[in-house]
Amino acid sequence: MTVTLDHVTRTVDGIPHIRDVSLTLESGTLNVLLGPTLSGKTSIMRLLAGLDKPTSGKLLVNGKDVTGVDVRQRSVAMVYQQFINYPSLSVYENIASPLRVQGKPRAEIEARVAEAARLLRLEPFLKRTPLQLSGGQQQRTAMARALVKGADLVLLDEPLANLDYKLREELRTELPRIFEASGAIFVYATTEPTEALLLGGNTVCMWEGKALQIGETPNVYRHPQSLRVAQVFSDPPLNLVGIEKKNGSVQYAGGIAAPASGLYSSLSDGAYRVGFRAHQLALANGETDRHAFNATVTVTEITGSESFVHLTRDGSNWVAVLHGVHEFEPGQTLDAVLDPNDVFVFDAADRLVAAPGNT
Amino acid sequence: MDKTINQKAWFLVLPVFLVVAFSAVLPLMTVVNYSMQDTFGNNQFFWNGVGWFKELLDPSTDLGGRFLASLGRNLFFSLVILAIEVPLGILVALSMPRQGWTVAASLVILALPLLIPWNVVGTIWQIFGRPDIGLLGYVLNHIGLDYNYVSNDIDAWVTVIVMDVWHWTSLVALLCYAGLKSIPEAYYQAAQIDGASRWAVFKAIQLPKMNRVLLIAVLLRFMDSFMIYTEPFVVTGGGPGNSTTFVSIELVKIALGQFDLGKAAALSLVYNLIILIVCWIFYTVMTNAGAERKPQEGAA
Amino acid sequence: MARIDLVDLAHSYGGNDAPQDSFALKPVTMTWRQGGAYALLGPSGCGKTTLLNVISGIITPSRGKILFDGEDITPLSTQKRNIAQVFQFPVIYDTMTVGQNLAFPLKNRGVPKAEIDKRVAEIGRLLDLEPYLNRKATRLTADAKQKISLGRGLVRSDVAAVLFDEPLTVIDPELKWQLRSKLKALHRELDLTMIYVTHDQTEALTFADTVVVMHDGRVVQSGTPAELFDKPAHTFVGYFIGSPGMNIIPAEVRGREARIGGYVIALNRSYDKLPIGAKIEIGVRPEFVDAVAPAPGLLSAKIERIDDLGRIRFARARLGDAKLAARAPAGFTSPDGTAGLKFDPSHVHVYADSLLVEGAA
Repeated sequence: MTVTLDHVTRTVDGIPHIRDVSLTLESGTLNVLLGPTLSGKTSIMRLLAGLDKPTSGKLLVNGKDVTGVDVRQRSVAMVYQQFINYPSLSVYENIASPLRVQGKPRAEIEARVAEAARLLRLEPFLKRTPLQLSGGQQQRTAMARALVKGADLVLLDEPLANLDYKLREELRTELPRIFEASGAIFVYATTEPTEALLLGGNTVCMWEGKALQIGETPNVYRHPQSLRVAQVFSDPPLNLVGIEKKNGSVQYAGGIAAPASGLYSSLSDGAYRVGFRAHQLALANGETDRHAFNATVTVTEITGSESFVHLTRDGSNWVAVLHGVHEFEPGQTLDAVLDPNDVFVFDAADRLVAAPGNT
Repeated sequence: MDKTINQKAWFLVLPVFLVVAFSAVLPLMTVVNYSMQDTFGNNQFFWNGVGWFKELLDPSTDLGGRFLASLGRNLFFSLVILAIEVPLGILVALSMPRQGWTVAASLVILALPLLIPWNVVGTIWQIFGRPDIGLLGYVLNHIGLDYNYVSNDIDAWVTVIVMDVWHWTSLVALLCYAGLKSIPEAYYQAAQIDGASRWAVFKAIQLPKMNRVLLIAVLLRFMDSFMIYTEPFVVTGGGPGNSTTFVSIELVKIALGQFDLGKAAALSLVYNLIILIVCWIFYTVMTNAGAERKPQEGAA
Repeated sequence: MARIDLVDLAHSYGGNDAPQDSFALKPVTMTWRQGGAYALLGPSGCGKTTLLNVISGIITPSRGKILFDGEDITPLSTQKRNIAQVFQFPVIYDTMTVGQNLAFPLKNRGVPKAEIDKRVAEIGRLLDLEPYLNRKATRLTADAKQKISLGRGLVRSDVAAVLFDEPLTVIDPELKWQLRSKLKALHRELDLTMIYVTHDQTEALTFADTVVVMHDGRVVQSGTPAELFDKPAHTFVGYFIGSPGMNIIPAEVRGREARIGGYVIALNRSYDKLPIGAKIEIGVRPEFVDAVAPAPGLLSAKIERIDDLGRIRFARARLGDAKLAARAPAGFTSPDGTAGLKFDPSHVHVYADSLLVEGAA
């Protein structure tokens, strides 16, 4: 099955929520909607589910226009950020409820509930009611109910946002396995770049109601077509510096000149913006073909495995990440080093013009 | 939200249309018809145009004088009971327990007056206040207060107002209580930590959060008190003299007492119009206040 | 500004007579120094919020004492404790402007107006709220509202401690970075004792000098982020801190060797006196296990999946019955689904009944 949004726009009270979004989702794929709050993720899901109607544009299923078709006649399941279960029913009955509505025979219900419970590791809790479960178990119950329905389209709207960090991490690693086993179209909304990377599949990068870039997740991460995509898909936030290329050398904003080596060599003369993620900024000057800046430490955040060093340089804030524990004093100045082969270069229209080849 | 449209849904509304047509529109048209005519009994009617309406608004005529005087009494009554019931209701809501078995108990006690039929409330107070056999009237007179709602205007007013306060403060209190319950515990904790006094907590947290329910309470109480009939009719019958004759009592006097159907019809239309206008004003104020408070939401 | 001592502090929602196993907060004694940045870290239900509420005075503890600078404040009410607290969801006084919101705690305490204005201006500047000071607070975005809540927590210069109860829950990832580093900078600037409750290890580790890890009502370890990362005292700390968490694998340990199934891992220290009958496990962080091409002498594992986090890749591997995560260095691929695992012996720890065992050199 394929579900297609064809030039869909949705405006509510004169405020555009979705602006001209086209995308196609195939059976057996996992599609991540990545973007900050209010970027249109939930609006897209509501359109896909048929809860809202597009202001213009069409919603096609297998090429057939279903724009006006009632939501109850569509094969859709949805999981929300809040844990929504029937409080008075046992976990078993909660999972079985969509099958009961469909009037399935008893034996089939038992088999399918057992299968879903196994997949989501809910077997020990089937007799309890949702309120006797932890948040993670409640959300797994909601997911099991969505899966067991056998819907062609499963929508998950930030399903892990209300869970503890560690539980989130565990469910995240299990989700790709669960998705693979199902074969439906999955759409998964999240604000977190790391979550998108862990889930894999395809990513739709959302910003102010637009789908900025659609592609395989690692591809979108490694080749953000615009500055905005790079910013949405960076955690810690993307670092930026302006450059001017002229006569075979680059001049960084704030006054450092360097030979236009690496990715800079192929640029035509003009002004650009260079974006680099935290791990692309080194804090030791070892090699020659690199560009060093004098930056001031504002704060160091240490997680044990990594240290995030917050820097200011020429009025911009940067973050660098180092492996292991490194403590720097606030106010200390140090060399922040860029590898001209390992940066993203954006032109005046914020389009990507150069990206690292293979990292 | 423009949901997917289902034309069949109109069929479900049809019965309501029919019922409303028979129960409201047709009788209303009859009243409009009567309001333009005069009758001397025997089912003889004469065309009078807008004559009754002109008289109604002219205080120098008998009809106008009676109408405007009762309207004034009605407005005064509504203002007084609002001024008493709203603050009192808030006070009661604030002093109610927030958890434990006492919550249910106090809710039941509060609900009791609301469950008593209007005319029973009237009867209760009518007896309660009687100087000869009523507990209240007897005690008041016994301790030296000359209290008699049948002969004294002020006593009659006090009785009617106290009766209404007794009957309806619970409603305001219950609405406010619901509003208070919806305030998250964190707000109180934050206020404690911020060192806020009891008064500051009320002003900065409780009152703003009760805003909307208070508007509803004021609306309900205003509408209800403006249309009040049964209780004062049972207690004072509109007297002594005309001192507690409200618009609805006047209306019944004209319609059934004098059988002046034309005058009564015109009066009831104007009365109805006033209530509609007041409703509309309240509704607009409330929805505007709501729109103002609504945070940015949508494309989440 | 105060040193905080917790003395044999415990709390049970079922009263003091309830069995100690059911205590939401089991007896704890510890000292927090003046001006420190502390984090209480643990999953929901671990007792961290109970501990916070005991400190703020919202809950009276069933047992024990809390001292601020040596003075017992256990019986004092929240108002009298001189603390500030920021909650999970923004608490905003609807009718007030941003500036009035910030001034509220000072005004309530009768601070002179000039002083209030100065403090509000300063906090407004530190939190980038200056442009909004005269605007009504209701119409702002969630993160601006939470900044106001933070501001109200920080506006008093005389508080014994500022408590944070998962303050970044409603904030988008990118803004989280900004607010977190802002908080840390504020901590340096304002010299306040700060206590931060969270289930998010990144927030805890990046914010605090000392992280107190709680599990099942107990403090299982308290230490610097580096200590918690390098030498978890309890397997729970190993699992809970780090992403992915520490690999905890049942093993047989004898001398300088650990055996997992048929495989042998070398250890840096010698473990001869392990308690008899205890459950023995080894713990090693994924960062110190490398997945490499299979080679003789290396443990051979089955690779189930490779997680690409952008700046680092982790291989999910299976070693006999045990599952573990290992670093997948740049260029590592596993066409046949197997890999060799290289352990860094200096980072392999031994646990007996979940507690760290110090080996002999």
